[in-house]
Amino acid sequence: MAKKDAPPRWDRRMQQRLARGEAAALGELYDRFASLVHGLAHRVLGDERAADGITREVFAHIWENADAYDPKQGPMRSWVATLTHRLAVQRLRATETAALARGGHGTTEELERKVRSASVAARADYIVTSMPAPLRAALELAYFQRRDYRQAAADLGVTEDEARRRLRLGLQLLSTAHDAGPAGAPPEYGGAR
Amino acid sequence: MALGERDGYEEQGHEGYEEDGYEEDGYEKDGYEKDGAYEGQAGAGDGGVEPEEVSADGGEGSQGPGGPQGPRGPEGPGGSDQGNGEEPGKPPRIPPPRSSVEDTGRPLPEPAAAPAPTPTPLVLEHRVLKSLLGAWALAACSAEETAAVEEHLGDCGSCADEALRLRGAVGLLHPPESLDLDPTLRTRVLEGCLDRRPPRIPVPEWAAPYDAETARLDALLQDIGGAEWHAPVRLRWFDGATPVSRRTTVAGVIAHLLSVDGLVALALGLDDPLGPTGPASEDPTPEGRTEAYWRGSHFPPTRSVRGPWREQSHNLVRTVSFAGGGSGRLTVPYGGFELPLRDSMLDRAFECWVHAGDIADAVDYPYEPPAPRHLHRMIDLAARMLPGSLAARRRAGLSTAPTRHLVAAGAPGRSLRLEIEGSGGGDWLIPLDSPGTAGSADREVAHVALDGVEFCRLAAGHVSPEEAAAGQDGDREAISEVLFAAASLSRM
Repeated sequence: MAKKDAPPRWDRRMQQRLARGEAAALGELYDRFASLVHGLAHRVLGDERAADGITREVFAHIWENADAYDPKQGPMRSWVATLTHRLAVQRLRATETAALARGGHGTTEELERKVRSASVAARADYIVTSMPAPLRAALELAYFQRRDYRQAAADLGVTEDEARRRLRLGLQLLSTAHDAGPAGAPPEYGGAR
Repeated sequence: MALGERDGYEEQGHEGYEEDGYEEDGYEKDGYEKDGAYEGQAGAGDGGVEPEEVSADGGEGSQGPGGPQGPRGPEGPGGSDQGNGEEPGKPPRIPPPRSSVEDTGRPLPEPAAAPAPTPTPLVLEHRVLKSLLGAWALAACSAEETAAVEEHLGDCGSCADEALRLRGAVGLLHPPESLDLDPTLRTRVLEGCLDRRPPRIPVPEWAAPYDAETARLDALLQDIGGAEWHAPVRLRWFDGATPVSRRTTVAGVIAHLLSVDGLVALALGLDDPLGPTGPASEDPTPEGRTEAYWRGSHFPPTRSVRGPWREQSHNLVRTVSFAGGGSGRLTVPYGGFELPLRDSMLDRAFECWVHAGDIADAVDYPYEPPAPRHLHRMIDLAARMLPGSLAARRRAGLSTAPTRHLVAAGAPGRSLRLEIEGSGGGDWLIPLDSPGTAGSADREVAHVALDGVEFCRLAAGHVSPEEAAAGQDGDREAISEVLFAAASLSRM
């Protein structure tokens, strides 16, 4: 498929435009990734203003360090997601640690558990938005609309075998959200390859 | 960001907008084939599920395997299985599927997951049982199948591992958060960036409103569903004497914006969205181009028009940035009249906002006016075009007040003070007798006060001159002429 080459080409070109200081490119970058960045940050931090703050940080970081992105390492989308994840988790740990130091209740273990759980939730969101649309549609039907797999198959116009396959595959992909390193370490935001 | 979020670009196959996610034949290579990676993992705990992972966000509470665990509860399903890993080699005990009691308010399907007694146990082969694991974890199979799977999990370590893992994954599904991005965030983020590193190629100030308005409209389009693209929209304008309208759809409005923005694209040497030999050349007016585009497409416009429209708007911003601020003096022909590029980009920003408002009304979304400084520029453009509109009405015989005062070009003439209230407002002196004369405070004969958004609705032909809420003082004829001239600025 011809479209297979498209994302890397777009990524490369975007990086060049950002690196040479083209403000219009920054706007396009925002239009493409703002909802991804804000959504992930919100999932980790659970707060609108904090997510706004991370969004500002992420785009400023990219704008100032466009050279840091290497198109050979993967899609820009993954790079942006990884950066967002790292900054958001850092922020969460910093605010939680500060709260603990001020005499808030809780333990360091609870803090780590909270950070890890926020981290996994954000990674899961990313996986869901990145998975093939047919898998996402099947999960949507089974989970949110409470359709059983036979009904889902009918809704999707596929065989029951295929519906079962999609549900299983979708969950398998999603389960990799748990496969991050030690708590808080940025997981790999892999793309298609 | 979560499951169920609509992906507006999905259908159009436009290369620039493809998600970089897994592709159909890409994820197969990752070892997720139906009978691939998980087939051989017979040993429990062999690179598969670690119990802590599953219980990481569960743990406390929810100990009863039969407890009604909603999928959205803070305790992930499967939270009761801590400690299973301490018995390597033995298949972990799997809780039954979550209860189908849900807090969504949606009608529930047949209680497939209810632990109904099954008089005739279903016998299924391993392959089938394994293929059911996803549906089982989601409580999306029949009671007989559920029983058969659970029976099997007691005997088969690899399936039990996978079942545990998939059940844990179900706990990661979130309802989509209705996170409409604050439209003002874009400006704040971009300004923050540009303060930290000034751009070498800035977006000209006069193109900023267009950049902002197209981004706002695109965000609205991202949020609307497939069916809403066909919601009826009535385009309204004022033809000089009466209000007129034309019926189309949300997608038709975007096609209209694409066609008319194409005038600017053409002036900049970019491709015409109507094609190189389109019928548009016969009638290069905004209306003519729009009608030609609507006629020329085989089917009524669909959401697929979003990609080309957005690509063109991005290209326009990019191209005028490279051309630099001085390019604002280039001429954009509209067929019948023309505007300097800097005004044309403002005009397109204004149209974009007005039609975004039409679309928002049609699909029942809220839509705010532009940022005050952008609104101010748009009002300023309309105010500057008023003398020309007054003159055009006189030439067309639409004016009820023929010029009685001949004034030399450049000299101060009779003037109307246009006071626009609200953020983005200001004061403008409109020369009444000829576009060639200068507005003069000394020769002010009338004063009109309007709210900024109301004035824009008037200039867009969305409210008639008679109905516009305007405070008036002075020469009534002059006031009426100016209000009609403002409405006459509108077009399709």
